[in-house]
Amino acid sequence: MPPVLVVPAVLGLAFLVVPLIGLLAKAPWSTLPQRLTSPEVLDALELSLVCATLATVLCVLMGVPLAWVLARGDIPGRGFIRALVTVPLVLPPVVGGAALLFALGRRGPVGQVLDDWFGVSLPFTTAGVVVAEAFVAMPFLVISVEGALRAADPRFEEAAATLGASRWYAFRRVTLPSVAPGVVAGTVLCWARALGEFGATITFAGNFPEKTTTMPLAVYLALETDPEAAIVLSVVLLAVSVAVLASLRERWIGG
Amino acid sequence: MRRLVAALVSVGLLVAGCSESSTGSGGTPTGSSAPGTGVTGTVTVFAAASLTESFTRIGKDFEAANPGVKVTFNFAGSSALAQQITQGAPVDVFASAAPANMQQVADAVSPTAFARNKLEIAVPQGNPGKVAGLKDFADAGKKIALCAEQVPCGAAAKKVFTAAGITAAPDTLEQDVKAALTKVRLGEVDAALVYRTDVKAAGASVEGIEFPEADKAVNDYPIAALKKAPNAKGAKAFVDYVLSDKGKSVLADAGFAAA
Repeated sequence: MPPVLVVPAVLGLAFLVVPLIGLLAKAPWSTLPQRLTSPEVLDALELSLVCATLATVLCVLMGVPLAWVLARGDIPGRGFIRALVTVPLVLPPVVGGAALLFALGRRGPVGQVLDDWFGVSLPFTTAGVVVAEAFVAMPFLVISVEGALRAADPRFEEAAATLGASRWYAFRRVTLPSVAPGVVAGTVLCWARALGEFGATITFAGNFPEKTTTMPLAVYLALETDPEAAIVLSVVLLAVSVAVLASLRERWIGG
Repeated sequence: MRRLVAALVSVGLLVAGCSESSTGSGGTPTGSSAPGTGVTGTVTVFAAASLTESFTRIGKDFEAANPGVKVTFNFAGSSALAQQITQGAPVDVFASAAPANMQQVADAVSPTAFARNKLEIAVPQGNPGKVAGLKDFADAGKKIALCAEQVPCGAAAKKVFTAAGITAAPDTLEQDVKAALTKVRLGEVDAALVYRTDVKAAGASVEGIEFPEADKAVNDYPIAALKKAPNAKGAKAFVDYVLSDKGKSVLADAGFAAA
């Protein structure tokens, strides 16, 4: 192997791994079990898991059909729609949070309607956290599922149609099973992204323990007052991330 | 692609050209009107969020008085700033909204109090939540923003509520006072506790309500140069400028009381 490639490669690997080693080296292993079971950590963890899961459900319900429309639908301006879907992926999350605030806040055009008609106000609520996470995470799911749909052979659907299946029946019984791995991968990615969401959440949903303080917010806050607690929370998030990767091993790492 | 690269290169040249010319004018003795402080380069100032307007103004005045000097600011919650400085951020001057956060920075050279501030209730224009006073902060039906306890405005709010015997029911704990103020400006909350200087700086979009318990939690703002300041001369000159009559008058205009 030429050193021109090996040296930067090793540097690149070290660059990605060293910070994580630094985190693990600083972790207070002896008091870890105690700290993990402290109410603040458990509250933040529970809130994070619940919100990320609800956000993922929301993303699957809307994102899979959206991916299907993008991959199979015969609609004008498909490239433009796809670009729109990808915007939250590249948008800084804080900007996403601000945008949500301006649209869904009490004085936003949509938020005002929600407030007047249903008495629903999203900012500073757990529902607001779910909305912020779903906004940021959905593109991951859509892109992943759309890719799988494009790779799948449409002739199976056509065959199902010639045998009398409706499009909805063919979608459920033929298309979905054939792209199931893509849907699962997209769902896991989406969930992981939702779990780690910070910028949009703190901007749109604010910060209050047990209501909107998810793990990433708790890490950020703890860094200022109790760095050791921040490390503990970070280790938990790292463990969850590694677990997610391990579950996707077959697909990406197994190679 | 080639056009993009060309554009990037031309922007790069432009930036390089600018910085060259600015350092050039600072290095040459053309600035005959300079008061001879001998200060050059960039002065990096970390300052409490509540100082945003007044320090931006002071920074401009300081730059005008010292041609060739550039002041860059990082405004945020005092606790976040103290944490960043402790972790080794290259900072010349730290101005905190409370002595407690200054004490976290072991590197600060003899902090000096330069201003005083107290809390005020901020409500959106027209007071849609019909907030009358501090007791409305206990109303769970109203949307309330407070500062988190680790930032000075949050610590002051805690003192105020203790003094008034009120258990506040906030909906969000913000990371610095400007974040709390923003939620009021956007009308997302019915009220927030911020500094009176923030209400003043916000102009017509925010109304302020004074309350007597505010006197129980008056914040002293300390400023200090840092021992490891990359620009020690600049740091001292900036601190001196804030403490000078010119600096004091800007702070007084913003609504700060003299320390």
